[in-house]
Amino acid sequence: MSQLDTPVLELRNVTKTYSVKQGLFGKPKPLTAVNDVSIKLARGEVLGLVGESGCGKSTLAKILLGLEAPSSGQVLVDGQALGGQDRLALARRIQPIFQDPYSSLNPRKNIYDIIALPLRVHSIGNEVSRQKSVREILDIVGLPARVMNSYPSQMSGGQRQRVAIARALIMKPEIVICDEPTSALDVSVQSQILNLLNELRQEFGLTYLFISHNLAVIEHLATRVAVMYLGRIVEEASVESLFDAARHPYSDALLKSVLTPEPGLGIPDTHLGMTYPNPIAPPDGCHFHPRCPSAMDLCKSQRPTPLFDAAGRIECHLFSP
Amino acid sequence: MTLATSANSVDPLLQDIIGPTPGQQLRRRFFGHRGLMIGASVLGLLLVIAVLAPVVAPHDPYAQDLMARMKPPVFLGGTWENILGTDHLGRDYLSRLIYGARVSLLIGFVAALISGTIGTAMGVAAGYFGGRVDMVVTFLINVRLAMPVVLVALAVVAILGGSLQVVIGVLGLLLWDRFAVVMRASTLQVRGREYVAAAQAIGASTPRILLSEIMPNIMNNLIVVITLEMAHAILLEATLSFLGLGVQPPTPSWGLMVSEGKNMMLFEPWLVLIPGTVLFVVVLAINLMGDGLRDVTAPENRS
Ligand SMILES: Nc1ncnc2c1ncn2[C@@H]1O[C@H](COP(=O)(O)OP(=O)(O)OP(=O)(O)O)[C@@H](O)[C@H]1O
Ligand code: SF4
Ligand SMILES: [Mg+2]
Repeated sequence: MSQLDTPVLELRNVTKTYSVKQGLFGKPKPLTAVNDVSIKLARGEVLGLVGESGCGKSTLAKILLGLEAPSSGQVLVDGQALGGQDRLALARRIQPIFQDPYSSLNPRKNIYDIIALPLRVHSIGNEVSRQKSVREILDIVGLPARVMNSYPSQMSGGQRQRVAIARALIMKPEIVICDEPTSALDVSVQSQILNLLNELRQEFGLTYLFISHNLAVIEHLATRVAVMYLGRIVEEASVESLFDAARHPYSDALLKSVLTPEPGLGIPDTHLGMTYPNPIAPPDGCHFHPRCPSAMDLCKSQRPTPLFDAAGRIECHLFSP
Repeated sequence: MTLATSANSVDPLLQDIIGPTPGQQLRRRFFGHRGLMIGASVLGLLLVIAVLAPVVAPHDPYAQDLMARMKPPVFLGGTWENILGTDHLGRDYLSRLIYGARVSLLIGFVAALISGTIGTAMGVAAGYFGGRVDMVVTFLINVRLAMPVVLVALAVVAILGGSLQVVIGVLGLLLWDRFAVVMRASTLQVRGREYVAAAQAIGASTPRILLSEIMPNIMNNLIVVITLEMAHAILLEATLSFLGLGVQPPTPSWGLMVSEGKNMMLFEPWLVLIPGTVLFVVVLAINLMGDGLRDVTAPENRS
């Protein structure tokens, strides 16, 4: 069955460049937020995406959602280029859950209007059937029907995130892009939301792209992991093999940071120093070489090429053929 | 349903969290704000008087009585027949003041409406679309800011002739700059919120996003600017009329009343003081209201 082999969502050599103005009269400089990224999402899997703040995770998510057009490269849904797809059709298949539930719900609308918006935009059903759908989805995400008349300001972060999940799922999408859906929440609520997301995935057969700073979350939820550094995917592997034996020195550093006594809530301390490179002027050669404990001379001048093997993908001179 | 077990367990904290809705909170703050209440009451009263002018005014504001010119107001020894006295043509001063409120409020409302529509459209478009649109709008704002309002208004009125319509039109077409600046900044701020991205990801059309996601969240700033520009327009009308290039006599206008009284200012200062004070009070009331509205709506914005 070729249908099963085609990834539901695929990025092919996608690059996104912003032009950033420095100062009032500064010349705009290109900032490559996503640099020649290719990833595939198979139906039903959870691809975890990890990386430091500013490495381009959210930009990647926006490109997948069709909110940003890639500067070059292709986004394919079911093997078809995104440009050819109608925006509404795409919206029915891919929905986001954002990081900050305090910013993702319109404070001027009540919960019913927020959750029913997708149905209204897509002219699904009438007001009566919409109300029924909203009740059902509220029940599924664990909120009582009476919150329909409440406003976001009356709810806690966890409840708001449930509302955001309900809005994302009401049209029964196939793919959900979760951009750090728990990092703005209290630790106690985080696990509730994660469990909910996990159950929903099984229940509805969803495919997730799950972005997180938190490797523990990724280990818990994901089936495959992509590690991103300065706009590039530097390693991709199954969760088991990555957590057993990370190959890329950056993945290794990320993993070690999780094992330190203080569990990183936000950005894990990578023990790599704070010298996160300027994305406007990335280092030559391997972007990671100024911080890499295993850097060689070659790394300073020559960029490693990705190697694809049975374990996944790795982009590092240590693993050059 | 495998879900029913854990996901359905309703958050026990929910009961405690449900508080007043944003609307209720707003109403509470609104009625608790003294400056806002004072400003709104004064303005409301004035509005009622202006609307009911034919009923409220004791005399015809145009009726001259040359035998009873410049009768002083009651508190300066006048009679109750003309509570605020009469002007240099013997017209009842109170009645002219009341009809003048119509002119001032009309100009304030309509000029703010016109400039508000222009400025909001420009500002929201610039903030939402950015890029070229923003560049063009920013350029237009700068051009407009480089023009001295009073001089341009004077020139236009001098060419087209002074009339209520011309004054309203000129002010409406001149006072949009603050609307554009404030709406652009507010839109820029709101469009970065994730609920806008969520609406885009849902596939909502741009007009829908502008009307139901952006506009309701910048409304509070818009209302504040509307009040400020209303006061601005009322003052400018008075200025133009004072200079003889605004509303033409015999239309009763506060600026015109000050202007007509200024010749007698040394002998009968109340001719200038009465309309001047009314003007001052109205502008103060509007500004109080604008300040109050900003106070009352600001905390909502932050939460
Ligand atoms: N609209 C934009 N214009 C210019 N630069 C941008 C824009 N959006 C993102 N960037 C830049 O692109 C880079 C990647 O940003 P992105 O938001 O994708 O990072 P991220 O990995 O999601 O970070 P975080 O973990 O903090 O959310 C950053 O350097 C950021 O400054
Ligand atoms: S290529 Fe060199 S610098 Fe880059 S990660 Fe590998 S060893 Fe480190
Ligand atoms: Mg991000």
